[in-house]
Amino acid sequence: MQPHATGAEPSAHPDPVLRLSGISKSFPGVRALSDVALELYPGQVTALIGENGAGKSTIVKILTGIYQPDAGVIEIAGVGTHFPTAQAAAKAGVTAIHQETVLFDDLSVAENIFIGHAPRGRFGLIDRAEMLRQARSLLARIGADLDPATRLRDLGIASKHLVAIARALSIDAQVVIMDEPTAALSHKEIHELYELVERLKAEGKAILFISHKFDEIFRIADRYTVFRDGQFIGAGRIADVTEGALVQMMVGRSVDQIFPKRAPQLGPVLLTVAGYSHPTEFADINFSLRQGEILGFYGLIGAGRSEFMQALFGITKPSKGACRIDDKVVVIRSTTEAVQHGIVYVPEDRGRQGAVKGLPIFQNVTLPSLGRTSRNGFLRLAEEFALAREYTQRLDLRAASLDQDVGLLSGGNQQKVVIAKWLSTKPRVIILDEPTKGIDIGSKAAVHEFMAELAGQGLAVIMVSSEIPEVLGMSDRVIVMREGRMVAELTGDAMTPEALVRAAAGIPAGVAA
Amino acid sequence: MTPSYRVIPDRLVSPFAKALKSWESLLLIVAVAIFIANALASPYFLNAWNLSDATFNFTEKAMIAFAMAMLIIAGEIDLSVAAIIALASTMMGVAMTMGFGTPVLVLVGLGTGLACGAFNGTIVARLGLPSIVVTIGTMSLFRGISYIILGDQAFTGYPADFAWFGQGYVVWVITVELVVFAALAVAFGVLLHRTSFGRQVYVIGNNPVAAQFSGVNVARVKFILFLLTGLMAGVAAVCLTSRLGSTRPSIATGYELEVVTMVVLGGVNILGGSGTIPGVVIAAFVMGLVTFGLGLLNVPGIVMSIFIGLLLIGVIALPRLWAMRRRRA
Repeated sequence: MQPHATGAEPSAHPDPVLRLSGISKSFPGVRALSDVALELYPGQVTALIGENGAGKSTIVKILTGIYQPDAGVIEIAGVGTHFPTAQAAAKAGVTAIHQETVLFDDLSVAENIFIGHAPRGRFGLIDRAEMLRQARSLLARIGADLDPATRLRDLGIASKHLVAIARALSIDAQVVIMDEPTAALSHKEIHELYELVERLKAEGKAILFISHKFDEIFRIADRYTVFRDGQFIGAGRIADVTEGALVQMMVGRSVDQIFPKRAPQLGPVLLTVAGYSHPTEFADINFSLRQGEILGFYGLIGAGRSEFMQALFGITKPSKGACRIDDKVVVIRSTTEAVQHGIVYVPEDRGRQGAVKGLPIFQNVTLPSLGRTSRNGFLRLAEEFALAREYTQRLDLRAASLDQDVGLLSGGNQQKVVIAKWLSTKPRVIILDEPTKGIDIGSKAAVHEFMAELAGQGLAVIMVSSEIPEVLGMSDRVIVMREGRMVAELTGDAMTPEALVRAAAGIPAGVAA
Repeated sequence: MTPSYRVIPDRLVSPFAKALKSWESLLLIVAVAIFIANALASPYFLNAWNLSDATFNFTEKAMIAFAMAMLIIAGEIDLSVAAIIALASTMMGVAMTMGFGTPVLVLVGLGTGLACGAFNGTIVARLGLPSIVVTIGTMSLFRGISYIILGDQAFTGYPADFAWFGQGYVVWVITVELVVFAALAVAFGVLLHRTSFGRQVYVIGNNPVAAQFSGVNVARVKFILFLLTGLMAGVAAVCLTSRLGSTRPSIATGYELEVVTMVVLGGVNILGGSGTIPGVVIAAFVMGLVTFGLGLLNVPGIVMSIFIGLLLIGVIALPRLWAMRRRRA
């Protein structure tokens, strides 16, 4: 990995446009931030680095007026201020592009860009023509080829990010927070985002860039700030630091970033899928899966991988095709039946599909196992706590208590709760959809370790992932999907980054199959 | 790199300490205050027979409110409950004119409730339509059938032993309805708070998508809840018809809103996900005491409903205002 590939050397020492100092914030049972500092400079990208639970999301929420700090000072251009509401933060020129972008699906691109500050015409009515014109020029400025009249629902996630960025520009934000903007983007889209970040830099915006991917941090960041467990650990220029030093700061110990080595013990064929098809999302999926095997599914966003997995898990119905377990045909019409057959699914959209945020950890974990922890339909809390304790500890969950609401946990810990929930059902086939998306390097390693352990215990593991190192590092075999179809199945030496990218992008030459 | 396992405690706050700080405790204080205020305001209030009469203000509505609470916690609502009472009562009247005795009348009442609940449940749970729209529709449908059958007539002349449900006493001043109410309170309390079915209700109300992704049969749970609500409307129809001794198509008009008021006053989140049966029980007493106390003071009905409305908005707004003040401080 090349440190600091971009040529532009940041100008000597400009004054920070935004400075936080002595910021502390506590929640019941958790001290999220204690006495942290953060400085953002105009025309520079500052990477905020930390494990999950380090306090990154909390600081973003303080910067955007969603949380009020218990103590500390926020200065903009040297003047002390505070953000009692989200509107106040927006007015002061701070805007955020979130992990799960907060936009309105049923409004047009232009309406999303100008919501709350649309250009007004006579009688204070929205001047639609002017709004479309301004939206078009903003989109052109960031090089986005989008029709401002399109409904947002019809756009992909990458395009939605572009809309969010156009919105940031429309309110003339001086500070742009990007919270894992590349987490769900494909290769090409990530490159377009990098170009966009360069443009924002050139316009003198101060950018706070939150990411777990070191390659992109070293590629686009000028400065870094590291938090760990709610504490400020260090800050400086990216050019003066190595990846190893950053990892050291982040975890306080050296982390082996290498994937767990396994000698796969392949058992008999457990799951066979034949001719699975769906009217619109995928067609003719065929494969079989052995006990102890990790099968990777690679592809670009929209390749139909998640849609196929959800059909296998009984969320949607396939239009044709059959599924056999232990060579017996099974029909999966609902998630309940899937779980009964030992197939479980850890979804990509953790917040919406995985965790029930308003309920305690133990209730989330025992949800699919209530049949075992209860007797004749009556709950037995002691059994529930015992089960939750066992599985959350195996996954090294960090939480104040098992009675804590899942919504109060960081993303990585929420993911651990979702995985614990499924492991407690003693599944035979576990499908993990982007299992390490948006979680920190420490939790990532723990999830990888755990996948290896599960395969070692004879489970069949399916992993959907868009991260090439993860796919190659973890899988015994990889199926590549493109536009709803299987386009390649790779094993052994054929599993190379080039082969994956070519197959996924539909470049025919040289694809081993 | 296996880190040492941390031991996560089960709870930091005991369930008892949580209960002390809950909405239900606040509501209980309100109930006691209203009781004392009533006792001071009218010399007739502290009379066992008067208080016994007062329970009729809420027993029938509360029976439905228990099931409605579960339905609302699961993120759905049934606005057709009063219309189900009308239809069930009408069907009982039809059965009576055909010469059937009390046991059959009761079965007809409960059966009609179940059938209406099944109808609502099928449309909402199987077709996935919004329950507020569906049950506004069935509200007109069920009561409409009742009007078609009865027109401006009324069924009277129910058998003498049928009067036991709404007019009978178990011992001393304890009415049959009060005993039914208490038994249902316990049954629904256990169902919601002590069974895995109840747990699934909370999960669905909190996040229906995650519930489905966790193997919960969301449609089935919702269907059962509509069925229960219909059944409870049937029970209420038996009690109310028995108490009034007659059936008109306008019976129980406006009950649905009072039931929802009771549920929300009891601390159930109208958006689903939280609430308790004890809260609804206390709310039932609060509403009963308020109506009865104001009645003793000769306050007209329309003023009473204004008072109930203000009470509802007041108790819901107060904690929110309190939280806002604390956040600002």
